Amino acid sequence: MKVLYFAWLRERLNRASDEVSPPPEVVTLADLVAWLRAQDEVLDHAMTNPAIFKLSRDARIVPWDTPIDGAREIAILPPMTGG
Amino acid sequence: MIRVTEKTFDPGAELNAFQAAHTEAGALVSFTGIVRSKPDDPISALILECYPELAENELATIRQTAIERFSLIDAAIIHRHGRLVPGETIMMVLALAPHRRAAFDGAQFLMDYLKTDAPFWKQEETATGLRWVEAKPEDDDARARWAR
Repeated sequence: MKVLYFAWLRERLNRASDEVSPPPEVVTLADLVAWLRAQDEVLDHAMTNPAIFKLSRDARIVPWDTPIDGAREIAILPPMTGG
Repeated sequence: MIRVTEKTFDPGAELNAFQAAHTEAGALVSFTGIVRSKPDDPISALILECYPELAENELATIRQTAIERFSLIDAAIIHRHGRLVPGETIMMVLALAPHRRAAFDGAQFLMDYLKTDAPFWKQEETATGLRWVEAKPEDDDARARWAR
C-alpha cells in the first residue's frame, strides 16, 4: 500500500510517499496513522495535532475510522489552502 | 464541468461559453481567484501543489452537492496548479440558476467548500525564499455555516 504526503508534511519528511505493509492489527486509517507515527519520529512530531489533517483512501476523503482493508493509496493531507 | 489544470485559462471566455450553453438560465454568478502581491509584502510567484486525482473527485462531489442543494442549472469549477505569477487567474467557479439568489448562494457554497476540501496547497515565492500559506480558521467557519 502506498502512503502519500503533501505540502509542508512532504517537505518535513523529505519524501512524497512510502510503500508500506502494515501488520494485521492495523485495521483503520487512524490505526495506520498511529502505526506510521510510531515508526517515524519526524512524522510523529509533524502530526502532533492530528485533528488538522484529513485523510484520503484511494483518492476520496474519508473519516479516520474508515477501514484500510484493500486500499491501494492512502494520503495524509495537511490543511488545504486552495481557492 | 470540472477542470484541474496546469494551463492558463481565460476567465472571460470560460464565462461566455458557459452562459451560451444554457439559454434557460436567468442568472450567472462567477468568482475568479487571482494571484496577488501586496505592496508591503511582495511575492514573485504563487506555487500551487495539488493531488490531481483527489482534487477531481472532491471538486466533482462539491459541484454535484451545490447543484442539488440550490437547484442550479449547472456549475463549473476550474482550478490551476503549478507556478503562477501575480495577476494570473488561480481558479474560477460558475453557478448558473433560474434566479439570482440560487446563483449567488451556489457560488458562495462552491467557494467555501473548495477552500477547505479541495487538495491544493499554496506556497509563496518571495525574495527571501518560499513559505507555505497557512490555512485560515475563518475558512472553516465559512464552510461550517452551510452545515445542516
